[in-house]
Amino acid sequence: MKRTNRILTTLIFIFLYIPMVVLIVASFNTGKDITQFESFTFQQYARLFQDSSLLELLGNSLIVSVLASFCATIFGTVAALGIHNLNPRMRKAAMTLTNIPMTNPDIVTGVSLSLLFVFVGTRMLGQRNSLTFWTLLIAHITFNLPYVILNVMPKLKQMDKSLTDAAMDLGCTPVQAFFRVTLHEIMPGIVSGAIMAFTMSLDDFVISYFVSGLDFVTLPVEIYSYTKKPLQPKIYAMFTLLFLLILVLMIAMNLIQVYGDRKKTQSRTAGI
Amino acid sequence: MSKELIRLQDLTVEFDGERILDGINLYFNDHEFLTLLGPSGCGKTTTLRIIGGFLKPTSGTVTFDGKKVNDVPPYQRQINTVFQRYALFPHLDVYDNIAFGLKVAKLPKDEIKRRVSEMLEIVSLKGYENRSVDSLSGGQQQRVAIARALVNRPKVLLLDEPLAALDLRLRKDMQNELKRIQQATGITFIYVTHDQEEALSMSDTVVVMDKGRIQQIGRPEDIYNEPKNAFVADFIGESNILDGVMLQDYKVRFFGRVFDCVDKGFAPNENVDVVIRPEDIDIVPPEQGHLVGTVTSITFKGLNYDIIVEFKGFKWLIQTTDYHGVGSVIGIRLNPEDIHIMHKSEYSGMFGDYSSYSAEYDELTEDAADEEAE
Amino acid sequence: MKKRNNAVLLSTPYLLWMVAFTLIPLGVVAYYALTDPATGVFSFRNLKELGMYLPVLWQSIVYSLASAVICLILGYPVAYCIAQCRPATQKFLYMLVMLPMCMSFLLRTLAWVGLLQDTGILNSLLSRIGIGPLKMIRTPGAVILGMVYNYLPYMILPLYATIVKIDHRLIEAAEDLGCNGVQVFGRVVLPLSVPGILSGMTMVFVPSVSTFYISQKLGGTDTVLIGDVIERQFKQGNNPNLGAALSLVLMLLVFVCTGIMNCFGGDSEEGGVIV
Repeated sequence: MKRTNRILTTLIFIFLYIPMVVLIVASFNTGKDITQFESFTFQQYARLFQDSSLLELLGNSLIVSVLASFCATIFGTVAALGIHNLNPRMRKAAMTLTNIPMTNPDIVTGVSLSLLFVFVGTRMLGQRNSLTFWTLLIAHITFNLPYVILNVMPKLKQMDKSLTDAAMDLGCTPVQAFFRVTLHEIMPGIVSGAIMAFTMSLDDFVISYFVSGLDFVTLPVEIYSYTKKPLQPKIYAMFTLLFLLILVLMIAMNLIQVYGDRKKTQSRTAGI
Repeated sequence: MSKELIRLQDLTVEFDGERILDGINLYFNDHEFLTLLGPSGCGKTTTLRIIGGFLKPTSGTVTFDGKKVNDVPPYQRQINTVFQRYALFPHLDVYDNIAFGLKVAKLPKDEIKRRVSEMLEIVSLKGYENRSVDSLSGGQQQRVAIARALVNRPKVLLLDEPLAALDLRLRKDMQNELKRIQQATGITFIYVTHDQEEALSMSDTVVVMDKGRIQQIGRPEDIYNEPKNAFVADFIGESNILDGVMLQDYKVRFFGRVFDCVDKGFAPNENVDVVIRPEDIDIVPPEQGHLVGTVTSITFKGLNYDIIVEFKGFKWLIQTTDYHGVGSVIGIRLNPEDIHIMHKSEYSGMFGDYSSYSAEYDELTEDAADEEAE
Repeated sequence: MKKRNNAVLLSTPYLLWMVAFTLIPLGVVAYYALTDPATGVFSFRNLKELGMYLPVLWQSIVYSLASAVICLILGYPVAYCIAQCRPATQKFLYMLVMLPMCMSFLLRTLAWVGLLQDTGILNSLLSRIGIGPLKMIRTPGAVILGMVYNYLPYMILPLYATIVKIDHRLIEAAEDLGCNGVQVFGRVVLPLSVPGILSGMTMVFVPSVSTFYISQKLGGTDTVLIGDVIERQFKQGNNPNLGAALSLVLMLLVFVCTGIMNCFGGDSEEGGVIV
């Protein structure tokens, strides 16, 4: 039972990673066809770094996701603090509102925002081009906010309420108490919320596809329009590099966590 | 007499239409160790939070050193608090926890250092400066919490059930420790607990509270010996409480018999509650007794036996060092000073009958109170 | 109370933002759905046209339910297996499940095209052992495979989160009371993982039912999904009003489904969030 389970799990992990292997192998291929491996080369990587338009698109994606996740993290943390102290009925309403973008399909969120922007832009403000960088940013902040809130709220709930009382008792104004105590306590939630928001933003295609205009396009949206023609292999190279980057980041986070846990248990046992 | 430091006047707190505090009038003297004692939900912690500034009363005034402080926020009061589960800052080590208040006040670094190490000495935690607070035992965390509050040299220290999370032996040690620190520093301690023994052994003054009202204020001895009503009599120690009639000064009738007592000042033939402490009752052979009853249960308690004795359908708790088996018939004698007379109150008839008494029952209710306190 | 005032002060900007960018847009969708594309006046024309798309909607529901069930069947053993490992291994495997979610799903789907094509990698491998070529791409199976592949992590993560929280003493208690391995699983572990199953099903179903990229790339002319239709109305057909009406239908469908899930699952305030 246990062994079959383990074999099944391994097979499913292989299933999850096969397409990535295909893409990585394709990035070292001299030929253009993903299905035919001709011979090994690094050329695609060189081409990638010569292609300024591709790098610019990557830059666009990074700008939007960094800005959106940064704004959402600050805005969301402040909001979570407020929501946490609302009366139960208001809190429930606020959480329902927060859950709408989480439960709504991406395509509905994208369509609804694009209709709003077009409606307001063309009909009310009379712009010809109502989908811009700013509408894209607003959309990303909107779907990032729930990730931050849903990560920060549990930390606030877990926090010993008397900690802020203690800080004020010891002379902190409420603002000082937040920065000296509360912030430290909820930091793990803020960080994981920010990371989730950033990755969601960076990889978002569906919502961006509907709300971005012609003058500012992110990488996934452009890849979508590429894929109607045969794909250039340098994009596989970019995929491989991003894969490695995220892999390294995740392993690093993992090691830090494991190390941190070990240190904590050690100091705890030492104290007894 | 030392001077008055804090005064609470007609303090009322309502929360969502529920009255938590109901007309509290109380003053605190400088250098005093005062305890607010009562079951959970009696309003003692609420009173403490008002003094600390964490809560504003619905009506009434709080005066500190002669000035009204209702609207002064906690960080501007010369009051510090030891919180229920210490509320130590988990991201700071022992030194930084204790130095927290001084750093916020932006004191010079060397003074902070001097005062923190002085404080560490007082709470005997020298050498623990760089330990994380998670790695400390309950008792040590407790002492860090006290040090963190006292290092700011407050005029008043508020302690909210500070020993509730400790085990019995540690609790006894810390009681002595707290009393010592209070006497050494001369700071006013306002202590909140639901443990009557703790209250009696540590305080200069005990304030017994229930249902948001003060039931009795007094020195521990007075509270124990002269409880004002059935609630206080039952909450502080064990009591047998009986219906009686005060015939005239020094004469009370209960169980169809007239007893001499030491109380006076009641209306003639006033209905009263009569309190008899279980440890005050002398057991004698049946023929010499004022009253004669049958033992219905006996529990060994270490120092003594708790026996339940039935007198004419009414069950008394008696503490005795001698063994009396179930079914044996005993007599009791009551001396005038063992009989305490109280006016009838809303609590009359609610306490002091041991018909349903069992040893476990007592412990169960105490555990329940502990849980509620958390 | 002062604290409550601060709370209102801090949360109001957020609430206004969310109303402006989630609730009002949905209102705009409803407005578009109920107006005539040509004249812009109130009309039920779009809603009447919806009947045409019922088969497509039905097909979307069938495909996504199938993919949700397959994800559950595949995901449960994985989640269970991860929950059984040592904590450090758990974290590592959790990361391995997360990682694909962070990579471009467009490119990963495209890789499946390369794998499943008539002249693709799988067929060339099969031909070496004398089978095939099989028709894989542009079949309903390929679309469902794409959904399962893309959204399997959304099933595994909440399942894992619920299973790992099950108190081990409960399993011991069940064994103590005479359950064998299968009974322990059926009577204790499975019922306790229902919240995870429900939130996993929702998290797979919702993106599957609304996808358009997977069906475009892996499907054929007969595997059109509701997402495809909506995308075409906006990006090619230029009938945003009809697209809005379809979006409205899709949204209602999703809300009904999540509503049903929540009814079974009880509280969902905490659940469904993967951290």
